[in-house]
Amino acid sequence: MSDTHAETVAFVRETMLPQKAPPASTVGPLGWAKANLFSSYVNGALTILSAAFIVFVLYEILPWLISPTWEGTSLTNCRELLAAAGDDRGACWGVIRERWQQLMFGFYPRTEYWRPVLTFIFLLVAIAPILFAQFVPAKVAYFSALFPFIAVWLLWGGTIWGPVLALLGFVVGFVVFRYASRAIAPALALAAGVVAAIIWWSVITPFVEPDLSRILPIGIRSVQSREFGGFMLSITIGVTAIMCSLPIGILLALGRQSDLPLVKSICVGFIEFIRGVPLITLLFVASVLLNIFLPPGTNFDIILRVMIMVTLFAAAYMAEVIRGGLAALPKGQYEGADSLGLDYWQAQRLIIMPQALKISIPGIVSTFIGVFKDTTLVSIISMFDPIGLSNAIRADTAWNGVYWELFIFIGFVFFVFCFSMSRYSMYLERKLNTGHR
Amino acid sequence: MKKSVFFGALTVAGLAAGAAAAATLDDVKARGKLNCGVATGVPGFAAPDAAGEWAGFDVAVCRAVAAAIFNDPKAVEFIPTTGKTRFTALASGEIDMLARNTTWTFSRDTDLKFDFVGVNYYDGQGFIVPKALGVSSAKELDGATVCIQTGTTTELNLADFFRINNISYEPVPIETNAEAQQQYLAGACDTYTTDASGLAATRSTFEAPGDHVILPEIISKEPLGPLVRHGDSEWGDIVRWTFNALVAAEEYGVTSANVAEMSSAPGDNPEVNRLLGTEGDLGAMIGLDAAWAKNAIAAVGNYGEIFEATIGESTPIGLARGLNAQYTNGGLLYAPPFR
Repeated sequence: MSDTHAETVAFVRETMLPQKAPPASTVGPLGWAKANLFSSYVNGALTILSAAFIVFVLYEILPWLISPTWEGTSLTNCRELLAAAGDDRGACWGVIRERWQQLMFGFYPRTEYWRPVLTFIFLLVAIAPILFAQFVPAKVAYFSALFPFIAVWLLWGGTIWGPVLALLGFVVGFVVFRYASRAIAPALALAAGVVAAIIWWSVITPFVEPDLSRILPIGIRSVQSREFGGFMLSITIGVTAIMCSLPIGILLALGRQSDLPLVKSICVGFIEFIRGVPLITLLFVASVLLNIFLPPGTNFDIILRVMIMVTLFAAAYMAEVIRGGLAALPKGQYEGADSLGLDYWQAQRLIIMPQALKISIPGIVSTFIGVFKDTTLVSIISMFDPIGLSNAIRADTAWNGVYWELFIFIGFVFFVFCFSMSRYSMYLERKLNTGHR
Repeated sequence: MKKSVFFGALTVAGLAAGAAAAATLDDVKARGKLNCGVATGVPGFAAPDAAGEWAGFDVAVCRAVAAAIFNDPKAVEFIPTTGKTRFTALASGEIDMLARNTTWTFSRDTDLKFDFVGVNYYDGQGFIVPKALGVSSAKELDGATVCIQTGTTTELNLADFFRINNISYEPVPIETNAEAQQQYLAGACDTYTTDASGLAATRSTFEAPGDHVILPEIISKEPLGPLVRHGDSEWGDIVRWTFNALVAAEEYGVTSANVAEMSSAPGDNPEVNRLLGTEGDLGAMIGLDAAWAKNAIAAVGNYGEIFEATIGESTPIGLARGLNAQYTNGGLLYAPPFR
């Protein structure tokens, strides 16, 4: 260090001062509160008002929620329990204790509850390769392909040969397609495969199945669709509609943009018709109108009818969501695909769809959530979804008059499902980084 | 589900006409189960318990018919129907009979092509008011606010009643019974009106049922009964006479407790003997075995037993017999002779 300024400057600090702690009012909970809650008089007033409101609501609701009625056997019994505990009012949770299994499984036979539970676990496994592709071995996808057949067999029971033969139909169709495509044009080979599969299902299966079931009676107890109910019914309908509506929706969206007038008008007509009609109407068609048109004694399962209607309904909405994604893609992407010499399907598969679907994720998941919640509408056509069951439970003289407890429970379970879907969608968006940032 | 669907829809479509005319009894016997339409849930009349077993006043009629045919009250497939789906379910053959507190009206019997086989409950529209209101007759309800379910016959009956008595009211439209209960208790209306049996069931759920009274006026006729399709009178006869057997059993003192003993040998009342099949061959006339009525009574009890067990004064619903007593006790129940 030089002495040049030694006389002119009285003091020169030779070391850095250590950092001081920030003032107490700007750190810790106090600082956070000051910055976020009380940054101005208006904010401070709003904070106090909101806090008072929350405390008031909790003060009113919590004592009601926390009530010693878990063991109650009827509404009257609940009231006695409350009176014994010195509360004048409170929830009657006994109804949930007695009926939660019914709310979950409907009238499914008690001894068979493991089947829907197992199906649900299989469902989680089956969708894992789609949802968390990087964590799950790709081989699991084979299980995903088998899952629909396993699920149908587990849920409805009966002989194992029905689902097995149905699965073999796909195998037959595929084999025919493979061999035919060596000889004839791919489109013709595809048609041949489809025809072969249809022949298998409609001609060979009905012949073979009764005999097979007799010779090798492998099967589990058969369960009627009428015995389905509660959340199991909602999830069965919801998951089917969700799984089927996405591919159908993609095809409809592509069809709507097609240059072929026939394809285009069919797709537009379908989408606009379905979107122009309330779901309730479609459900009534499924339950009431088809009954009149179909011959008496026809065994056209009501759940299957409802599934088809809900799927079509969801597919129309899905098509429009995906069309939004397609419209958002710059034209250069399409031209780029063309310039690479890709044909239509290659371009869609490799370039267009990955980007369009990525953009549409929030819309797609919204539609999924909407469809899942819409399944409660089936209570109108006398199917026992959770809402329908809550009515039936109230018709029991023991529980007549119980409203909030049932609705809170149903709402809570729905929230768990819908919220997980929504969180997953946010995770997926972050992972795929859809923002074009 | 599965392939039967595909076939049903495609191939059988052309053969529709023939199947419809087949006798319902044969279909039921071939199926091994009675398909009976019930309500999705009406307190006392039809409700599933925690194990999924249906029980109630209407349900008992289904069980009685199943017992008469199969000697097994469990051989019933209960098909829940709503007010909107019940008639199509019956007309399309999805159900063999409907026992779902359905009012017997002219147009339902004729235009909708159904046959009501009897009346298992004589109901009527009534009013419930809080005691504190100090009203003892519906005619004193001038200017009252009335909770009323929209789109039902009760709405029309209400308008008629107030017009005839030249008094005014203010309707509070509500959608469901559940909503009505909440609105009424919250004081949104002075009185709630619906079928008297429904009012009794509703009142039984209140914290203080004694603070509310059901007014004596019944302003409409609501004969509720089981019904079947037009076109198969033999099947209608089976349901009608099974129900009549329950009513007659009460009149002659046959109960589920003593029916086994009374039917073991012919007694001294020939009517009871014919009813229980120890004399004559009434069962064969309707295509059932001789013990059909005995089986029905043994399974569910006579009319009075069913009433007491499901909606009577010993249950929370607490309905008095009133019009639904035997004619010998001043009611309207009057079973034609078994002869």
